Amino acid sequence: MSGDYLSEGSEWTFELIELYNREIGLIAEEYRLDTYPRQIEIISAEQMMDAYATVGMPIGYHHWSFGKKFLQVEQSYRRGQMGLAYEIVINSNPCIAYLMEENSMTMQALVIAHAAYGHNSFFKGNYLFRAWTNADAIIDYLLFARHFISDCEERYGEEAVEKVLDSCHTLMNFGVDRYRHPPQLSARKERARQQEREAYMQTQINDLWRTIPRKPTEAVPPERANYPAEPQENILYFIEKNAPLLRPWEREIVRIVRKIAQYFYPQRQTQVMNEGWATFWHYTLLNTLYDRNKVTDGFMLEFLHSHSSVIYQPPFDHRYYSGINPYTLGYAMMTDLRRICEEPTDEDRRWFPDIAGSDWLETLDYAMRNFRDESFISQFLSPRMIRELKLFSVLDDDRKNRLEVTAIHDEDGYRHIRKTLSDHYNLSHNEPNIQVVHVDIEGDRSLTLRHHQSKRRPLHRSADEVLKHVSRLWGFDVYMETVDETGKIVKTRECKVDS
Amino acid sequence: MQIIDRRLNGKNKSAVNRQRFIRRYREQIRQAVSRTISERSISDIDSGEKINIPRRDIQEPSFHHGQGGVRETILPGNREFVSGDKLRRPEGGQGSGQGGQASDQGEGEDDFVFQLSREEFLEFFFDDLALPDMVKTQLAKVTENRRVRAGYTHQGIPTNINVIRSMQGALARRIAIGGPHRRKLNEAREQLAAVQADLSLSEEKREERIAALEAEIKHLEARLRAIPFIDDYDLRYNNRIEIPKPTARAVMFCIMDVSGSMDEQRKEIAKRFFILLYLFLTRHYEHIELVFIRHHTSATEVDEETFFHSRETGGTIVSSALKLMLEIVRERYDDSSWNIYAAQASDGDNWTDDSPLCGKLMTDEIMPLVQYFAYVEITPSEHQSLWHQYAQVGAIHGHFAQQSIAGVEDIYPVFRKLFKKEAA
Repeated sequence: MSGDYLSEGSEWTFELIELYNREIGLIAEEYRLDTYPRQIEIISAEQMMDAYATVGMPIGYHHWSFGKKFLQVEQSYRRGQMGLAYEIVINSNPCIAYLMEENSMTMQALVIAHAAYGHNSFFKGNYLFRAWTNADAIIDYLLFARHFISDCEERYGEEAVEKVLDSCHTLMNFGVDRYRHPPQLSARKERARQQEREAYMQTQINDLWRTIPRKPTEAVPPERANYPAEPQENILYFIEKNAPLLRPWEREIVRIVRKIAQYFYPQRQTQVMNEGWATFWHYTLLNTLYDRNKVTDGFMLEFLHSHSSVIYQPPFDHRYYSGINPYTLGYAMMTDLRRICEEPTDEDRRWFPDIAGSDWLETLDYAMRNFRDESFISQFLSPRMIRELKLFSVLDDDRKNRLEVTAIHDEDGYRHIRKTLSDHYNLSHNEPNIQVVHVDIEGDRSLTLRHHQSKRRPLHRSADEVLKHVSRLWGFDVYMETVDETGKIVKTRECKVDS
Repeated sequence: MQIIDRRLNGKNKSAVNRQRFIRRYREQIRQAVSRTISERSISDIDSGEKINIPRRDIQEPSFHHGQGGVRETILPGNREFVSGDKLRRPEGGQGSGQGGQASDQGEGEDDFVFQLSREEFLEFFFDDLALPDMVKTQLAKVTENRRVRAGYTHQGIPTNINVIRSMQGALARRIAIGGPHRRKLNEAREQLAAVQADLSLSEEKREERIAALEAEIKHLEARLRAIPFIDDYDLRYNNRIEIPKPTARAVMFCIMDVSGSMDEQRKEIAKRFFILLYLFLTRHYEHIELVFIRHHTSATEVDEETFFHSRETGGTIVSSALKLMLEIVRERYDDSSWNIYAAQASDGDNWTDDSPLCGKLMTDEIMPLVQYFAYVEITPSEHQSLWHQYAQVGAIHGHFAQQSIAGVEDIYPVFRKLFKKEAA
């Protein structure tokens, strides 16, 4: 059977990449994938390592921690432990996807389908990304951040800047707004308003700390309201706005780290969905290409080989087991969703009365747009999936000598497993719950953090180290109290400013 | 959609960050380098190295959960469990991952491993030794090449054009290519003159011939003019080739006292002393052989491993080692074709009656053979007879150096003279 193949060999050329992109694009259109414009960049393996080291930021400021990451990546690449990822994709408009020059044409096509169409449409469609990130402005903003930080290094010395960055990085996960909508990033406005903000912020803060001389005869002053009035969970934001001693440029750096953390926050919440969605689409798109005789059998074999290694899930007792593979879980769930729509069983009709038998494209699109990992799993993890992955849950209580298997893939266990797995992906459940609860405005200006402990899970011992960083930014003593579910203080930590 | 080829963009975007990492963990890396030096063979010192740092030293702190409390985990791949089963807790606390991210952030005690380049490695090595900067650059330099003239080539860069050669070539070419035309031209001119003078021809015929000849002359002149004055082909460039500077070979004798009083720490210091001399030699000689001689009351030639790591007891007779060295030189390293260097490390102990013999051996036999002899005495206590004997050797021979050292930073002065010569 002579097909109308796009290419036969494994070598890629720029023309072929364009050709494949066009063909894949046509099919993606048929499936109604809505994407940002694509920008495909060809890079070398070394450049891929660079891109990795900056956690996918195409333009990063300088910091030693990225150097550490780079050395790590380089070492494992050299040892051959890690095939360099074939995809890094930037949530920007146009959406930038990197292709590595060492890859074969098949792999390039896979990456185009996976990143330039899969991830791209996810970035554009998912509600978290729509609400929390601004793809148009991120590149400009990163550029602004890089320039600002290197200016600071010139003016105040690398060491001073590094210290502030160190402190901010330790609090990065506590620099995001979880519920409020952040103002949109716009680099141009950022730059224009930065000066203004500096001056204004400084006056505000001075005002906050102004001590008004009182007449000695005056009676005990009426008790001031607690500050902050509500507990604040965005610690970096609180510091940026309220730390009394930060200099304007330090404040700006806190803001930059916070903004970047916020930018990545949706990605951290949608790992399973995002990878699942992209994997599902590269599989579907390339298979459609094959069905239409556009690619050779050899192409398909190579593709299926890498596809199946991507979605391999070693069992829990396997030496390579390192948690649930988000590609496997995501891909399996997306595929399962399609199956539920197209060939529902009685069980599916019981569990998913709304979607069983519905149009799969619409249902998948709806799921992609309106969920994050946590809600996606609690909504769509089907009993069949639980059976296929043979999921079971284990309860580890440090007061008991033995672990207990609480549920397995049977009728009694489905709901429990689904609930527990969904909790796994709930960031606010996984990360310790820490809030700013009090600032001693009239006294020693100390800051108090409260850690709400759940299920007696303690903080890692590096928390003491983090407190030092908080205190460095805050400029005064920092206290931290851990309270259990009943509100009783079970542990306190403190970090005093030396001088 | 756009395709952009970024391959030509710089690939070392991370170089700055890498530098900053290394600067920040200077202390840990220094210790790691120290460890490596003791594990590594002398002639191996001169290449980049894998560095291990305990991972906990470079952990970035953050608020996250530690072990303990109650947690429930979902695991894939159930085979025989049913709900209600009680299991033994796996070793190492919580054995299973949390979500999908446990893999790369696990709290393993394994080391953080990365590669230092040769330059970086040497920098750390030199750090301890308190070397002057100039010496550091000398040692760290890769084998130097000398550029020498080697005739002319057809290819090169404009600055290397040799004008005279090129013009000569052009001239020759013009003569060679123009020769046939010029000959024909001369012939045509002669014919023209002849025709003009030849009155026997009819007017008409003459005119015709003259016109034809003039046309030919014109054509030939044009051909000659078309020969370029200078052509790419004529260009000659000065040719330079690189030949490596060190051309001779050297042998380095490492002599060490391994009597009971030389403990591991002293041997470590001695090792650095030997390494430094070795590095110096690699700058100057293409081919270097190492001979390890250890001695107590008698001397033996051993391999490097045994040299540094085995321990003997008993008294010390230094002359035995010197005699063995002489023997080996006579047998294998003819001093007319080998440059001989020697480095001796000892704690200063020697059998008292033996010291004068050592002095004599050194002054009369060894020193005339060797390029340089460096002696370090690793001892905190009073110098004994050997030191005084050696002091006399130093007085007679300029290429002998001795030094009493307590730590690695004292090593360099022994070689001061050696490196000074180099710098001059």
